[in-house]
Amino acid sequence: MTPRTLRVLAALAGALSCTGCSGWQSALDAHGLQAAHLLRLITFIVVVCTVVWILVLGALAVALWRRRSGPSEPSDTGPAVERRLTVAVSSAVAVTAVVIAVFTAASYQTTRALSDLPSDALTVKVRGYQWWWEVSYQDPQSGRTLPSANEIHVPAGRPVRFVLEAADVIHSFWVPSLAGKQDLIPGRTNEIAIMAQRAGIYRGQCAEFCGLQHAHMAFMVIAEEPAQFEAWATAQLQDAAAPTNPEQERGRQIFLTKACAACHAIRGTPAAGTTGPDLTHIASRSTIAAGLLDTTRGSLAAWIADPQTLKPGNNMPMVPLAADELRAVSAYLASLK
Amino acid sequence: MKPDGDVPFTDHAEVPRTAVEMRLADLWRTPPGLWGALTTVDHKIIGRRYIVTAFVFLLLGGALALLMRLQLAWPESRVLDADLYNQVFTVHGANMMFLFAVPVMEAMAVYLVPLMVGTRNIAFPRLNAFSYWIYLAGGILLWLSLLLDMAPDVGWFAYVPLSGPQYGAGKRADIWAQMITFTELSALAVAVELVATIFKQRAPGMSLNRMPLFVWSMLVTAFLVILAMPAIMAASTTLILDRLIGTHFYNPAEGGDVLLWQHLFWFFGHPEVYIIFIPAVGMVSTIVQTFARRPVFGYLAMVLALIATGILSFGLWVHHMFVTGLPRLGESFFTASSMAIALPAGVQIFCWIATLWDGRPVFRTPLLFALAFIVTFVIGGLTGVMVASVPFDTQVHDTYFVVAHFHYVLIGGAVFPLIGGIYYWFPKLTGRMMSERLGRWVAGLLFVGFNLTFFPMHILGLEGMPRRVYTYQPDVPWAGLNLFVSASSLILTAGFLLFFYDALRSARLGVPAGDNPWDAPTLEWATASPPPAYNFARIPVVDGPSPLWEQRGELTVAAGLQLDRRQLLVTTVGDARPEARESSPTGSIWPLLAAIATTVMLIASIFTPWAVVWGSIPIAVALIGWFWPKGTPEDEA
Repeated sequence: MTPRTLRVLAALAGALSCTGCSGWQSALDAHGLQAAHLLRLITFIVVVCTVVWILVLGALAVALWRRRSGPSEPSDTGPAVERRLTVAVSSAVAVTAVVIAVFTAASYQTTRALSDLPSDALTVKVRGYQWWWEVSYQDPQSGRTLPSANEIHVPAGRPVRFVLEAADVIHSFWVPSLAGKQDLIPGRTNEIAIMAQRAGIYRGQCAEFCGLQHAHMAFMVIAEEPAQFEAWATAQLQDAAAPTNPEQERGRQIFLTKACAACHAIRGTPAAGTTGPDLTHIASRSTIAAGLLDTTRGSLAAWIADPQTLKPGNNMPMVPLAADELRAVSAYLASLK
Repeated sequence: MKPDGDVPFTDHAEVPRTAVEMRLADLWRTPPGLWGALTTVDHKIIGRRYIVTAFVFLLLGGALALLMRLQLAWPESRVLDADLYNQVFTVHGANMMFLFAVPVMEAMAVYLVPLMVGTRNIAFPRLNAFSYWIYLAGGILLWLSLLLDMAPDVGWFAYVPLSGPQYGAGKRADIWAQMITFTELSALAVAVELVATIFKQRAPGMSLNRMPLFVWSMLVTAFLVILAMPAIMAASTTLILDRLIGTHFYNPAEGGDVLLWQHLFWFFGHPEVYIIFIPAVGMVSTIVQTFARRPVFGYLAMVLALIATGILSFGLWVHHMFVTGLPRLGESFFTASSMAIALPAGVQIFCWIATLWDGRPVFRTPLLFALAFIVTFVIGGLTGVMVASVPFDTQVHDTYFVVAHFHYVLIGGAVFPLIGGIYYWFPKLTGRMMSERLGRWVAGLLFVGFNLTFFPMHILGLEGMPRRVYTYQPDVPWAGLNLFVSASSLILTAGFLLFFYDALRSARLGVPAGDNPWDAPTLEWATASPPPAYNFARIPVVDGPSPLWEQRGELTVAAGLQLDRRQLLVTTVGDARPEARESSPTGSIWPLLAAIATTVMLIASIFTPWAVVWGSIPIAVALIGWFWPKGTPEDEA
């Protein structure tokens, strides 16, 4: 390898590692065991391929600009030249064969490493809807089931087994910083294992085109220290917080008497709809509408007032509310920590 | 050959050459005016029409691409809303695959293959006319639907259940499925014509091992079309049945299966990529040979590589489904088979480099495109090896990395050779040269514009940007690269516009080319530019793979075809020994009428299943008219 090639390689490696420092939704910024395995494989293959590309181009450049002796009539070629070229081409093909054999073996090795997981995995069921994620935790030890939406808390350092299903069309579950993707397919159940290596917030997004709002079907994976995770789970198992002031109380009443309760559930109240996300602890989640807006009282009010402008085509209808009703409902929802 | 004793007019040596040519011109001519245009069966007129139409679709599809780049240049931009964006990316993809890439390659073959094998018309010339009209109708259907805001919005591979009866509202997915039927029909028709032409109409002496590599590539492509299209036909038909008459092929609730669609689609869809790529490879071989000034090194290896690519292309469809949860062992098999395709691809790249090495390269515009092809296609091939790896693919599948990959393969791997091919064969088609000066600019702009536009998409994909999103939020760091990509696409656009300008200008004002401006070795250069209606006054006889280099001066020719009817020489499949004389049909309006009847039936079937029943009656009438003997000399033999 010439010094120049090495410099080019070094520059490329620099570029790769630099792009790796950005983003909470990036295959180049691995924070999960699986993503780390994948990043190693990706780096290996990309580097080898870059070398191959440079060698091919080098050969092409030499072929084009090498010095030649005098002109000659098109079709004459000597048998000696043919022989030399045959050897060169055959060797290049042999090298290609070795390279792809190595790649195949490396892929197989990585696949095995990905599926090799300890058995104490936590199970999380994820069901894809147009255009949000229903999440439910199933802890085999306690038998508890915990419903949530669009935000998945996981204990850092403990493997999590995601059981993936789809309610309507095909979606794809992808948190690039933690692992590769896996499709959610109607009529089938898929699985993917993820282990976050350190605490942090990782963004994921639907990767399979699923219709009008495919672009707005994100979710957050929040990896926490085990103790924090346990605390979070315990809090989430509680029923919804009771209203603490008259405005929230009024909001609760409106929620239960208007169309809201037909689609949404708030545990601890009569609202038990299953069409839309469970709102029992909506204010504890960082975003609403599958990653569209940060959760604030203002964004909740905006969303309720006009969901079709913020995310056209989504399944939430506009429920006509007077201004004070809207204020009350958003106050109530914002209190559901 | 038939005995010539009782034949009134025979192309014997004693008939003066000009008289023969006048007689042939009269026999094979297409009448002027509208009637001639509608009834012609001349493969050159139809081929030219096909090529021009396909490039119009390229221009339209490119305009949609620019719209998408405008929308994605900034986060949360509102140039296109979600509904329009989804229609635009679907029509862009479907248009580029089904209305541009596949047809343009077949179109080049419709024009060139009969000339390259030294015959007077393509086999089944009326079917050829029919195939063009059907293709045109399919294209109009798709673009009309976009104008009416009812275009397909389910992506070019239209996955169920999104495209199924429950989630695909309106007639959008039906329009996609029937557009497929149109292009399928026309592609199959051309494939059958090409196989028959290549197997049975080659000039005497052009044995299989002397066939130009472009003809070999079209032969392999035609077989791929014939073997792959039935899968998509089954897929689109069952989809229409699900949508129209309530079958449940793809409904898991009733025992149907969602993944069945993906298997059927990609069993066609992967070979489809090679249906586009293999002809391009044939063009590169042709260009490299002419401008390296020596025959392509490793002819046999090249042919075997083409065939191997064709066979392997049926064994790797599952690499489009690596994240659907198929069994691991099966996935590993498809990793190995997908990687294996790098071998025949490598063989070809190395053989071209060896050819250039040993040759004396002349740097004219077509060669520049062949070189641009090698540089970009090797990148596309290597990223193809990357996505062949299951674990690698789980990170990049359905992201902009894949968008980058397939544009490297399709633009770098097919459009660059095609544009090079246009610069190369333009003098044959029009009799005039394209501009060498503009050509260098076009090559430079396209090469630079393309790489600046598509290379950053690899990084966007790895940074987590999924494909087919109509917008993205500012909290993901994709804005900078997206703006860069959108800006670069303007350079690419400039290249394409300059190319179109050059082609239009040169068609009228280009320097007259003469028969063989590049001193090329294959038979299409043995006749005038543009070729006369009958292609060759006398059928050439070939005794090597590069006839015009081996026989400097006069070509050996065969005689004995009748002059009172359109007649072709039929030769044996292997050695191209003369076998028989076969009449070639005259012009007819019936292919157009049959195409109109078929179009009405197919479009009406989107709305009611009964259209298939009643619509088949006019089709039957048109076909009877088509085949009814008209008492011409051609009917006799």
